[in-house]
Amino acid sequence: MTQAQLAQGNAPLLAVRDVSVVFGGIIALNGVTFDMHKGQILGLIGPNGAGKTTLFNCLSRLYQPSSGDILMEGASILTRPAHKIAEIGIGRTFQNVALFPNLSVMDNVRIGCHSRTSSDIISDSFKLAWVRRSEAGINNKVQEILAYLDLENVAHTVVSGLPFGTQKRVELARALAADPKILLLDEPAGGLNHEEVHVLGDLVRRIRDERHMTVLLVEHHMGLVMSIADHVVALNFGRKLAEGTPAEVQANPDVIKAYLGSKDQ
Amino acid sequence: MSAAAEDAVTEAPAVEAVPKRALSLGTGVSLAILAAALVAPIFVKNFVAFQMTMVMIYGLAVLALNILTGGSGQFSLGQSAFYALGAYTTAVLMENVNMNYALTLPIAGLVSFGAGFLFGRPALRLSGIYLALATFALAVAMPQFLKLHFLEHWTGGVQGLVIIKPDAPFGLPISQDKWLYYFTLAITVAIYVGSINLLRSRSGRALMSIRDNEIAASAMGVDVALYKTLAFGVSAGITGIAGGLSAIVVAFVAPDSYTINLAIALFLGMVVGGVGWLPGSFVGAAFIIFVPNIAESVSKGLSGAVFGVLLFIVIFLVPHGARQVAIVAQQLIGKLRK
Repeated sequence: MTQAQLAQGNAPLLAVRDVSVVFGGIIALNGVTFDMHKGQILGLIGPNGAGKTTLFNCLSRLYQPSSGDILMEGASILTRPAHKIAEIGIGRTFQNVALFPNLSVMDNVRIGCHSRTSSDIISDSFKLAWVRRSEAGINNKVQEILAYLDLENVAHTVVSGLPFGTQKRVELARALAADPKILLLDEPAGGLNHEEVHVLGDLVRRIRDERHMTVLLVEHHMGLVMSIADHVVALNFGRKLAEGTPAEVQANPDVIKAYLGSKDQ
Repeated sequence: MSAAAEDAVTEAPAVEAVPKRALSLGTGVSLAILAAALVAPIFVKNFVAFQMTMVMIYGLAVLALNILTGGSGQFSLGQSAFYALGAYTTAVLMENVNMNYALTLPIAGLVSFGAGFLFGRPALRLSGIYLALATFALAVAMPQFLKLHFLEHWTGGVQGLVIIKPDAPFGLPISQDKWLYYFTLAITVAIYVGSINLLRSRSGRALMSIRDNEIAASAMGVDVALYKTLAFGVSAGITGIAGGLSAIVVAFVAPDSYTINLAIALFLGMVVGGVGWLPGSFVGAAFIIFVPNIAESVSKGLSGAVFGVLLFIVIFLVPHGARQVAIVAQQLIGKLRK
């Protein structure tokens, strides 16, 4: 499919294997299987309630699948607690923005570096030399990312006062700070206007190319998914409906039916 | 509550000016206050020096609560229990083992840290007012534990323990009270600086990320359970050192000095000082020490009511406490300079 994928051979970076999630009596996900290859932008689409966010939350270990497995570079992530997901290279943003509202933009992005650094409360209290060096490293990293995402002028502003679009960019910056191998974006275009969506599409592609990340994009905005994704997985009622290139999925009669309803309804 | 308080503060346009120093005062102001604290005892009587020492000790206990509530967003009405634990550790070690008073303090801190850390484990399942209630139970239970018969040999039971007040070392020509003032000042400065370092570090940011959004914090790799219990441990540890200091300075410990009233007073001190603003802890401590005295001088019989009215006025006028006053003052100074 993509050149990056061919170069990598066929071992997937992330493999979702027959994952099912049951809440009480409701089957939110039913045997979903797909692969993500290095350097891909994979679009996950589906109508409301299709199970997109549920799958997403399985990947960041907020939900426990009832069956199936999720493998990152061949190793199951299901044995890891939620806070040990960032360190294996899975970073995410949230659908409705989950920043730390009382902290500055810089501190939010600094916290993004948490999984890539270490410290303990004693060394931190005494501000030992190695802690100062580590902090300097974090600050350099944060500066670089703020410059990359054009957030330098709001670096010291408390995030709760920023416009929604800027907050979304801060969230992206926070995810990038951990240098993830896979970036999970949960409806990044939600609440953005036409112009902003266009800019976002370019940005996601740039991040993939320049920062060598693989992107899983959960999105309602069809235009965005179809224009930037290499590969699309369509879900409906917790099942995988179709999978393929954007053009293939768009032409799939089941997908059309799921979105528009069939003639005889 | 801390989040709400901070929210409201950050909505004011003025806060743009102090986004980074929000935790503490500027270096210049801090040094000026330290200098004043160093020379003050020369001009005051022993009793005033003693009261100022108590402000610092309560200030440390309020600061500890501030780290827990302002930092990690957890409530505690049980700080009096950790304070008592520290006070008794120091008293028992001094009286029964004849240990040097200065050496008992790190032990008091460690014992309280351990107790706080262990208490933090089960408390992980609770949040908000439910956590406040669980800690309330701790505060209620503590004085009774200290009165237990089989501990009486060590703790002195209901009577408590009388400690011998230490003299100034190296034959320094200052009174016991003034020596203990400087001793407490040194420890207070050390803990204050360490606390600010901590809150501004990776660990401190982890705490604040938990306060603001636990799910996002965990997605960033923050071990929520670990940092929440550490916050309890650190808070209890500092409170324990404050308790140990109070045992030395007051030269007496008794179970009924450490009731729920103390825990509530410390909570009050935090709110009056400004939740999450460490320098405010000492303003809050001064409030809980001096305002009851002022109330008593206004009316002996109705001192409680007068205190209530004074407290109401303060909360009504400056809901974010001393922090709000500091921000307004900074704005005024800024305007004058222009």
